[in-house]
Formats: sequence, structure tokens, C-alpha cells
Amino acid sequence: MAEPMRIRATLQGDVADVRILMRHPMETGQRKNPKGEIIPVHFIQSVVVTHNGKTVFDAQWSQAISRDPFLGLRIKGAKAGDKVSVTWTDNKGDKRTDEATVAASS
Amino acid sequence: MNRSRRRVLELGGGVAALGAAAAAGLIPAGAAAAAWNKPGFESKAAADAIKSLGASGMTESRDIAITAPDIAENGAVVPIAVTSRIPNTESISILAEKNPFPLAATFDIAPGTEGYASVRIKMGQTSHVRAVVKAGGKFYTASKEVKVTVGGCG
Repeated sequence: MAEPMRIRATLQGDVADVRILMRHPMETGQRKNPKGEIIPVHFIQSVVVTHNGKTVFDAQWSQAISRDPFLGLRIKGAKAGDKVSVTWTDNKGDKRTDEATVAASS
Repeated sequence: MNRSRRRVLELGGGVAALGAAAAAGLIPAGAAAAAWNKPGFESKAAADAIKSLGASGMTESRDIAITAPDIAENGAVVPIAVTSRIPNTESISILAEKNPFPLAATFDIAPGTEGYASVRIKMGQTSHVRAVVKAGGKFYTASKEVKVTVGGCG
């Protein structure tokens, strides 16, 4: 069900500028459908970013994060070709992991 | 009208609690992810949420920069970036003080990662956006007002 993330990691000096775009409805649990029933909360709770297998960034989110979330971070000591892996977990237990390679700055 | 809105908020909170409980069971104990701060994310007052982070006696700091629009036309997508120049930044939390649940996100930052996080949040109404930074066991804070034209929580 979960669609792939788009991850871009670009090297700036020795810092990898990582931008992640996830696909997720991020329902707040406060909206109603046309019948007046509340749409249940459904949102990403946790995003873990690893750099060459080491956890560097661990995000905990509430339903206040926008739909199709964007996340930006900067990893120091990165080199071109390094692996950046991102895993999110939502409140229903759905998970998705995607990986990207750090690209040299153009 | 106001009364029914209250009920909706309470109901929303209840559902969130159920969801969190389900997720807690599903995430293996050995996972690298930090425990989801349930009391904090379910706090309805910014002060309670800040307390849940363990932050008491925060210092206002000029070394925290919040990049956010002065006026957000669409409350559903408000880009917020927080940069902490405080050495040994361990975590950054973002709160929209007047949201139904003010705490939006906590970022745990490992040594070797810059004290920077960028994210897009929903804001129900004009409010201060507060960043709480934990560095070397101490807490620092900064805030910036964001005017919201159309709320993004409904």
C-alpha cells in the first residue's frame, strides 16, 4: 500500500543534504467524511534515517505533520556513494524503507 | 457548536491513543527508534507538552534559528526549518502552540548530524511556533509567530 519515498542526498562539502518526500495521508482524526463520521487518525509516527547503517536521525511525529510529509536533514562526514536509508512507521504499524546513495555536488 | 467541537477533539484524542497503543505493540522492542512520546503528543497545552520532553527551566537562545513564513496562507502546509548552532544538539522539538495537540515533532539527532531539521506542519490558527532544543542535558528554546490565513486542521 505504501508508495515509495523520494530521497535525494547531495553532498555539500562533507555534509550530505538529505531531502525526503514520503507519501502518506497523515489524517488528523479531526476531519469528517461527507457522512459526518470522523476519519480515523492515520499518520507516520516514526522516521529513522541511517547513514551507512548507523542511525543518525530519529524523528517522532504527531498528526500535525502535513500530508505527504517532507523531511530535510544534514549528515556530517558523508562521502559520495554513501548509503542513506530511511524507514517510516505509521500508527497502524505500516512500514516502508527506501534507500538512496549520496551524490556528489554538481 | 462549540460544545460539539470539544467532543470532536476529545474523540480524536481517544482514537490517537488507540492507534499509539497498537503501534507500540507492533514496533519490536529492539528497534532503533526512540519510544514515541505518547503523553507529549497527546498534550493539549503547549506547557504540558514541553514538560513531557523533560524540559524545565528552558533558556531563550539566539543560537536557534526558526525558518518559517511570517504569513502562511495555507495552514495545511507550513514549512518550518529549525537550525541549532548550540554544540552537542541532541534533539529538536517543534510545537505549534495553539494547535489542538501542540507538539508536532521531536527529532533525535545523533552526534555527527547537524542540528538541523526541516519539515512541513499543519497549523490550525495563527500561533507561535516554538523550537525546544536539548543540548548537553540542558534545554534551550526560541519561538516565532506564524500568521495563518486558512487553518489546516479541519
